[in-house]
Parts: sequence; structure tokens; C-alpha cells
Amino acid sequence: MSPIWTLLPPLLVIPFIIGFGERFKNLREASIIIAGIWLLFLNNQLYNQFIAGKAITSGELPLLAHYSLKLSLEPMGLVFGLLASFLWVVTTVYSIGYMRGHDEKNQTRFYVCFSLAIAGVMGAAYADNLLTLFVAYEAITIVTFPLVTHAGTQKAQNAGRLYLMLLMGGSIALLLPAMIWVATAAKTLDFIPGGVLSDVGLSQSATAVLLALFVFGTGKAAIMPMHRWLPAAMVAPTPVSALLHAVAVVKTGVFVLLKVVTYTFGIDMLSTTAAAQFLLPVAAFTIVASSIIAFTKDNLKARLAYSTISQLSYIIMAALLATTMSVTGGVFHIVTHAFGKITLFFCAGAIMVASHKTEISQMKGLGRTMPITMGAFFIGALSIIGLPPAAGMWSKLFIAGGSLESDNLIWIGVLMLSTVLNIAYLMPIAINAFFEPGVGPKVRTNGHEQTLAGAPAANEWNEAPFASLWAIVVTSSVCILLFLFPQPLMSLIGSIQWR
Amino acid sequence: MIATQLPALQIVIPLLAAPLIVLARRSEMAWVIAVIANILCVLVAWQLFGLVSEQGIIRYSLGGWAAPTGIEYFVDTINAPLLLLISSVSAIVVVYAYHSVKKSVDSTKHYLFYAAWMLCLSGLLGMLITGDAFNVFVFLEISSLSTYMLIAFGNDRRALTASFRYLVLGSIGASFILIGIGFLYAATGSLNMLDLSQRIPNAASERAVLVAFSFISIGLMIKSAIFPLHAWLANAYHFAPISVTAFLAGTATKVSLYVLLRFLFSVFGTQYNFEYLLFNVILLPAAIFGFLIMSVVAVFQTDLRRMLAYSSVAQIGYIVAGISLATQAGITAGYAHIINHALIKSALFMSVGCIIYRLGHAHRPSLDNLIKTMPLTCAAFIISGLSLIGVPLTGGFVSKFTLISASMEKGWWIMGGLVLVSSVLAIIYIGRVVDVMLFRKQRLPNPIPQGRNEAPLSMLVPMYVLIGLSLYLGVFGSKTLGVASEAATQLLGGFR
Repeated sequence: MSPIWTLLPPLLVIPFIIGFGERFKNLREASIIIAGIWLLFLNNQLYNQFIAGKAITSGELPLLAHYSLKLSLEPMGLVFGLLASFLWVVTTVYSIGYMRGHDEKNQTRFYVCFSLAIAGVMGAAYADNLLTLFVAYEAITIVTFPLVTHAGTQKAQNAGRLYLMLLMGGSIALLLPAMIWVATAAKTLDFIPGGVLSDVGLSQSATAVLLALFVFGTGKAAIMPMHRWLPAAMVAPTPVSALLHAVAVVKTGVFVLLKVVTYTFGIDMLSTTAAAQFLLPVAAFTIVASSIIAFTKDNLKARLAYSTISQLSYIIMAALLATTMSVTGGVFHIVTHAFGKITLFFCAGAIMVASHKTEISQMKGLGRTMPITMGAFFIGALSIIGLPPAAGMWSKLFIAGGSLESDNLIWIGVLMLSTVLNIAYLMPIAINAFFEPGVGPKVRTNGHEQTLAGAPAANEWNEAPFASLWAIVVTSSVCILLFLFPQPLMSLIGSIQWR
Repeated sequence: MIATQLPALQIVIPLLAAPLIVLARRSEMAWVIAVIANILCVLVAWQLFGLVSEQGIIRYSLGGWAAPTGIEYFVDTINAPLLLLISSVSAIVVVYAYHSVKKSVDSTKHYLFYAAWMLCLSGLLGMLITGDAFNVFVFLEISSLSTYMLIAFGNDRRALTASFRYLVLGSIGASFILIGIGFLYAATGSLNMLDLSQRIPNAASERAVLVAFSFISIGLMIKSAIFPLHAWLANAYHFAPISVTAFLAGTATKVSLYVLLRFLFSVFGTQYNFEYLLFNVILLPAAIFGFLIMSVVAVFQTDLRRMLAYSSVAQIGYIVAGISLATQAGITAGYAHIINHALIKSALFMSVGCIIYRLGHAHRPSLDNLIKTMPLTCAAFIISGLSLIGVPLTGGFVSKFTLISASMEKGWWIMGGLVLVSSVLAIIYIGRVVDVMLFRKQRLPNPIPQGRNEAPLSMLVPMYVLIGLSLYLGVFGSKTLGVASEAATQLLGGFR
């Protein structure tokens, strides 16, 4: 089976989404779930084929004279493809509860753009060359744009402008020339184990500039100062923030960097020269600075957004360290952060739907009315921090190991500092939810703050709709399962050909 | 029998259609004749394209008089694709024109309008197909005179001054070309291009050839609106009837660029050191300043037609930048962009035409939330706009990628970077329009009537056909590049 088939379910479901429309909501959402399960099945097939050792590529579509669009199987891509398709199913289930509970408008358009984005992610995951990856990257930007502006408010429009300017402007002004540079220097855009640039005579400073073009041009990876779009995009509905701005879109960004470091530069080239040394401090700065900013945010989604920026730079740092261990950790971190962060976002959405709270200061005592949600939040937070028994520990360990391998202890220090900050900005939310007395949501009437009438009593259960709750339980249990059984994932990542 | 006469038919069909239209007089009839003649043109061009790619160069002696005495039509891999392009764009736009013209042009003058259109088409096709230097001038005048007339049909009074301004500048350009051809004739005693290319190296006076070269280059630069000789273009595009603008944007400047290419490379050849001067000292700065300054100017326009007109000058800058590289890759990029930009810009002007058809204006700040009332038109504008920016899977990406990689290959890194800067400017000026279309909250009193108010199908369908064509060439970009690279080989190799 060719990987091109993975594009089919998300595209084929679109006529059904439009056809059923708002009138047959249940059928519309059932069709998406069926498509999601089908996609997961296809990705699993690809995984089995890969394990069986078959090399599979799709046909070619000659987009340019010497470069064509082509898909193929490769461990990193499989990890990403499996992850995205699994989370698509879960997020769809979640958003059924959320979108209805929240009574969002234009849900059909929302689901159409969502499916298109998943198709784009599949294209990125199985891209056989840089051109295909670039095309998928741009496609994802365009189809997710309507999701950012979904609310139609002034704030959403500003976010949309910023989104396009940073992601599309960045990719055309920096990523495109980087790609053309590679094409000119190496005469190929293919992803080849060991890289294509090692023997084309690029000087060390040229390599550094090229790498910088990639790192800053990939706006989706949100390294500072290209990160501004991410917090702004949080005006989108929570399922969008959850799947796209915690998983699909941002992970496409770091995925591009991991791919480029491994298969275009080659880790040997980067670890033996100093090209990446100029960029490591930027990644480190992003990790620490955005953790500190997250600390100052009272809005839960904003805090999670800055936390995402910080965590993405872990992966960028892992890529730039360019050792087998660090890149392994980087790929692993794509998965663990995805499950951890999506759990947190799901919880944020559930809190918003069930108790209409968005600010962290209002969430004290929430554990009494929403114990399952806040319990899951605790697990997700553990995974982001990197504490057992959650999966985030493994990936952080590997990245730290990678920096040991490259004899650069300072980066371990950065990771540790960030961990401390993570604890400081995530743990109090979960702890206060269980151990503090509750506060009702405040409304402002005649200039006086009042507790909202009709709010549930402090000890009465008031969880989000069942569909959303189910999704939260699934993702948070995966955080623990991946801690207990990392082996299948590890062996898949371990089969990356480094040279 | 017919196959051997194809090159003549290419010109004769539209040329005959013009008097037929005048005889028919009724506006529907006039339009029908124009469409039929134009479709026949496309078929002939398609045949020629096929023949050339099968059996190589076609040489056709007009009236049986052999070259270099007689006039020769010369079809090769350089002009065959352009014949097809120009006649197809014209055919699509003329179908589209029906409703738009009915609304904006006085109904007693429709037959003159379509007759002028056909004359203009035959002039443009003639400039492409002919192998005779003087004949180029003749066809250039045919197309120019009919263009002045077409522009003057605009229902804004300023169309008259725009047309007059173009007439003055166009005539200067044409006379420069004529003077140049005269000098060439004096120096070599021939007018046939093939013959010229062989005689120029042994010309009696190198100074005469140099003068001829300068006059012809400057004349053609005026006609192709290369910065800073673009002064006629903005007003002409702004005030002409919008279907004429869509037609001209995809054809007129492109044909002049082709003639420039033909003279620079085929006739004069690349062995002259003054050509080096032209490429690096004149064309290259003109191209770079052109696409940078004109993109900035485009950002500040409030009328869509004017914005797109300046953007056209900027895009012509890309084409010239590719040409000025004077390498295989560079000319390939320039040539591919001739094709892609013709399709993109015509489609953009057509979508603006739909807006004007319904709203009566194309004033950007008043297009509040237009996507609600004209979703298909806005979608067309956005898709073509993305193509103009150079987003992957569109035609614009194919030519931009090739152009940047060509300039990097030659080591002109800065130019590659500046092309990108100008692309970012394109994001801004297209983005400003899209921003108003999608987001501007409707005001009171509302400048746009409520409710679905889409342009008629006879305008939408041709527009989407053109967009489909452009997207097809964006996805299968290697086809455009294959054609372009063959043309580049031929151009650099000189006449064979």
C-alpha cells in the first residue's frame, strides 16, 4: 500500500461533512469518526509494512523540472502519521462534546478545514523530499487560517493576520530560499540518510546561515522571535488549539527541522562543525523566556500556549544538538508532548464548557466539581514537566543525554531550569484545584462583582459532556501507558538510519 | 493541404473576422463571430504547437515568395507555445467579455469593439509568428492602433487621456523600433531575421548595428512596460473596459517581451559585448528596481485595477530579471513566468471585472465583507492572488522557484533575496484586499447591497477555466518548465 492513500480518508470525508451539514449533525460527526478510524487503520497498515521491512514509495508528480512531489515511508514520518491520526479520532470525539456544549457557529466549515489540515499533516509526515514537505507545510498554513479566524471577532482577525504574516511570510522569505539553496548546492532535495550537504563544499558560516534560515523560516516551530502567532491563535476554538496548535501544526514545524537535520544536513555534519552552536542559545533562550512568560499568564490557554513554545524549543534544541540520542529524544518528545499538551488543552476546554472559567485564579477548588478533568490535568502536567509516572520523562531524559553526548553541560542546565519553571506554572493549578476552597465564576453587574447565580454547589459533580470527558481520559492514560511501555515506540524511532 | 497553410491561417482568421464583424453589425452576432474566430485560432495554434514539437521548425513563405526576398513566417519552439497561450487567453477573455461589454460599452458600438479586438489579436499573433523584422513592426502597429481604440472604449472619460498617453508613448516605441530596423537594413541589406542573424557578424558598420540594437531594445522596452518605461501602463489598465484590461494584461506586454527576446538572442546573438552591457547595466537594474518599487507602489493603491497594473510591472520585472541572467536556467524562468503570469494576471483582472460588474467600482476599502455576497468571485481572486504570491501548487511558485534557483546558480544571491522581498510585498498588497473581502465588518450605510449577488455564469465559467489552467500548470509545473527550457535552448543556440 502506498502512503498516498492516507490522504484519501480526510479528503473523502469532506463531501460528507458538507452534505450532512448542520441538519444531520450526528451523521456528519459519525462520518468524521469513521474516516478517522479508517485513517488510523491505514497508518497502522503502513507501520506493519514498515516493520516487515518493505520499502514503499508512492508515484511521483513532477512539480518542477527536476523535483517532484513524492511520498515514502520512514520511521520519523510513521511516528508523526500514527500520532496525528490517532489524535484526530480522539479530538473529533472531544469536539463533538465541546462544540455543542459551547454552541459554536459554522461547525461545518470548522470540520472541513480540520479534515484538510489532517490531509496536509499526512502529506508532511510521509514527504519523501523537501519540496513535498514544503508544499504540505504551506497547505497546512492556508487551510488552518479559517480556523484561527473562526470566531469572527476583531481579536480573531488580528490573530489571523499575524498567523499568515509570520507563517506564510516566514516560509516564503526564509524557508523557500533555504530550500532553493539546498537544491542549488546539492542538486537534490531528497531526504537521504546521512544528509546531502556533507560533501558539497559549504563553508561553516554558510552552513550556519542555511541552518538559521531553516530554523527561523519554519515559523510553525515557534522559536523566538517567530512565536507571536501561537498565543494569538489561541482565540480559535479549543479543539483547534488542542489538535492543531499543540500537535499538528506546531509539530509539523519541529518535524521539518528534525527531518532537515537528519536527512538534509546529516547529524555528523552538524555535530562536527560549529554551525549549530550559534542557534542553540536562541533555542535555550526561547525555552527559558517562554516558561517565564507562561508563569505570568492568568488565562489558562495563554499559559499553555507559552508552555507549548517552550516545549517546542526542546525539540529544536534536540535537533540542533544533532546526536543520535538527542534526535531520538526530539522525535520521542513530539509524541509525549503531544499527549501531555492535548490533555491539558482538553481540560482547559472542558473547564470552559462545564464551568465557564478561563482564568487560572478562578480555578481554585475546581477539583471538587470536576475531579476527573483535574486528575487528568495533573497527569498531563506531570508529563509536560517530565516526572514519572508520565511519558514526558523519557523524552526529556534522552534530550538531556544528547547534550551530555555532545559535551555541552550548559544545555542540561537549561533543561533543569525549565523543569523547575514548568513545575512552578503547572503544578499550582492542579494542587489548588483539589486543596483550595472553590470560587464561583464572577460576573460584573452594576460595577460589583458577584458570584454567578445558579452555579453548582461546591461539592456537586459538574463534568464536561461525556464525549469530551472520554477523550480526556484516553489521552491522559496514554501519557501513563507510554511511560510504562515505551518499547514499541523506541524501537520504531531506533530504526532511523542516521548515516 | 490545410496543414501546410496553418501559419497563414493563424493570422488570416482573426484578420478576416474583423470586417465580417463590421458587416454583421448586431452586437450578438459580432460577439459570436469573434468567439468562433478566436476558437479557430486556438485550434490552429494547437495544431502548430503539435507540429513543431513533432517535426521541429516550420518555415512558411508568404505568397510563395522565398525568403529573404519574401516575408517568411517562422514557427519554432520559442513562439509556438506563445501562439497557443495568447490565442487561448484571448478566447477565454472574449467569451467572458460579453456581459461586461454589454454593460459598459454603448450598444451601437459593440461591433467596433469586437472588430478592434480581432485586429488586435491578429496583430499580436502576427508579431509572434513572423520571421521578418519589418513585418514585426507592421503587426505591432496593427495591434497598437487597435489597442488605443479598445482602451478608449472605457466609460470613464479619463480613458481617452489614458489612450492618448499610450498612443504617444506607443508611437515613440514603435518609431524607435522602425528606426532600429532601418539601421539594420542599412547595415546588412536584409530584413529576414534568420538572414539578419547570419549577416550581422559581418556587417559593414558595427556602429550601425549598435545603433539599431539600442533603438530596437528601447522601443521594445517601452512596449513591454519594463520599468522605468512603464508610464503608459497604469492608466491604460485602469480606465480601459475591464475585459480589455484582462486581455491586454495576459497578452500585449508578453508578446513585446517575446519580440525583445527574439531580437536580443536570436537576431543579435549573445556574442556582443554591448549585450553584456545591456543585460547587466540596463536590464538587470531595471528589473530589480522594477519589481521592488512597483510592488511597494502597488501596496498603496486603493483601486484594484491600479494595484494589479503596478503589480504587472513588478511581475514583468521578474521576467526581465530571468532574461538578464542570460543563462539557460534564467531564460527558462523568465519564459515560464511569461506563461504563468499571463494566466494569473488575466484571471485576476477577470475577477475584478466581476466585482465591477456587480458593484460598479473596484475601490478596495469599499469591498466590505464581499465574500458574503460574491463568494465565487472572491475565491477566484484569492486563488489567483496566492498564485501571484507564489504559494506552492500554483503557477507562480513554479516560475519563482526556477528564477531564484537560477539566480543562485549564477551566484547572484542578492537578486534571489530581492525577489523574495518583493514576494513578501505581494503578500501585503494581496493580503490587504483579502483582508477587506473577508473581515471588514459591514458599515452603515452599507456600501454593498445585501444578499447573494454573484456575477453571471458566462463570466464566472471562463474565469474558472483560466484559473483551472493556471493551477494545472502549477501542479504539473514540469510541463511549463519543459517547454520553457526548450525555448531557452533554442534562444541561446541562435537560429538553426
